[in-house]
Amino acid sequence: MNGTTATATRVLRQLRHDPRTVGLLLGVPAVLMTILKFVYEHNPVGFERAGPVLMVIFPLVTMFLVSSVALLRERTTGTLERLLTTPLSRLSLLAGYALAFTLLATLQAGIVTALSLGTLGLSLSGSTALVVILATAVALLGLGLGLLASAFAHSEFQVVQFFPATILPQLLLCGLLVSRAHMVGVLHAISDLLPMSYAVDGIHHLAQEPGASTAALGDLAIVLAFALSAILLGALTLKRRTD
Amino acid sequence: MMNLSAGHAVEAHDLSVRRGGREVVHGVTFALPAGRITGLIGPSGGGKTTLMRAIVGVQRHVRGEVSVLGMAPDSAALRRRLGYGTQSLAAYEDLSVRENLEYFAALVGTRRGQVHELLARVDLQTTADRLVRSLSGGQRSRVSLATALLGEPELLVLDEPTVGLDPVLRERLWGLFRELAGAGVTLLVSSHVMDEAARCDEVLLVRDGRVLAQATPAELTQRTGAEDLEQAFLRLVEERP
Repeated sequence: MNGTTATATRVLRQLRHDPRTVGLLLGVPAVLMTILKFVYEHNPVGFERAGPVLMVIFPLVTMFLVSSVALLRERTTGTLERLLTTPLSRLSLLAGYALAFTLLATLQAGIVTALSLGTLGLSLSGSTALVVILATAVALLGLGLGLLASAFAHSEFQVVQFFPATILPQLLLCGLLVSRAHMVGVLHAISDLLPMSYAVDGIHHLAQEPGASTAALGDLAIVLAFALSAILLGALTLKRRTD
Repeated sequence: MMNLSAGHAVEAHDLSVRRGGREVVHGVTFALPAGRITGLIGPSGGGKTTLMRAIVGVQRHVRGEVSVLGMAPDSAALRRRLGYGTQSLAAYEDLSVRENLEYFAALVGTRRGQVHELLARVDLQTTADRLVRSLSGGQRSRVSLATALLGEPELLVLDEPTVGLDPVLRERLWGLFRELAGAGVTLLVSSHVMDEAARCDEVLLVRDGRVLAQATPAELTQRTGAEDLEQAFLRLVEERP
């Protein structure tokens, strides 16, 4: 068994001992989506617009929180230092995390998508599989950003403060509240630089255009590129030698 | 890089370490004889852990020359040949003892059955399926120790492995260390308890980031004319300007 699969197995085993977290990760998005449906009870168009966006916001929020705390613990409890004295490479370690969280994110996105398209009657023109893949790409982005946040925090108190600092601005500017096309110039320019803008553009394309449109695939590629960059940048913060 | 002279697993020459802007280890020189147990003995805060971290290649701001099994401390090839038991628990609290060992075993690449064997050797077989979170301090330190013993390391660097253990278990672990040394493994074992020094082949006395002496326990008492190692240590401290 190589370092990546060993690490993924270990992360999944940690989750297995923590059924409450797994239950919250998988159950809360479904509950929130149901609430959204009733919030828009008299405005079905509103639900058709906001519902798909929520599908890519859930994986970002949950994976950012889970991975920032998990990696902060690796750094502060001495397990990271211990791991780096074994033959495990830093990229294998992160690939192991990515593998475990991808599985979890796929499961989460599968549940939300099935519920939304089935029971809640949300209609998406595009490929359902691509919706799940986009959500999983966003989960990897959450992992990368969480990894980076963990490098700049010394405690769990600090690391969760990076949520309003790094994730909330993206949610304000991603086109969830106001379409990006209607934002003032400066905000529009900033939103062009933020990865979540492309995730939301992509899910809008998937909602409106049939199959796997070129535009949706392009947005998926951009999200994946951001996710990989964040993870690679984060890998540089995993220092073998520390004070 | 200096050449490793015959019979030494680790050689350090004029080794200094800076932490938080000040020097905490001041130009120490020592060598660890291969296949022997060297005790790194001295009070807490004297630089023992920093020295060990420099040897296993995770300490920043190290100056001077260090050669570990003929290699630089941070070389990748060394990581398969070295076992490091940290003082604080370096294991996942939300995994069982066995799951922790299985993970580290997969990373190091051990022969089949070693996890099972090690659980017995460190007396954790009855707690193997409990979460590490629920263990006592002494049990936790044995988890760290067991992860360090995985694989077939040629050099074991163990930071305070016997802290908080009852005398029976302590005796057993020293028996284990002795057995490993007999099989050719080099051990560096730190302790702040003087009576542990007597169990080592050689003692490296460290205080305030300096090596006070390196000798066998018998030589130390003889040289200082002291009755025991505790007194020998005190005399060595007094001798220094």
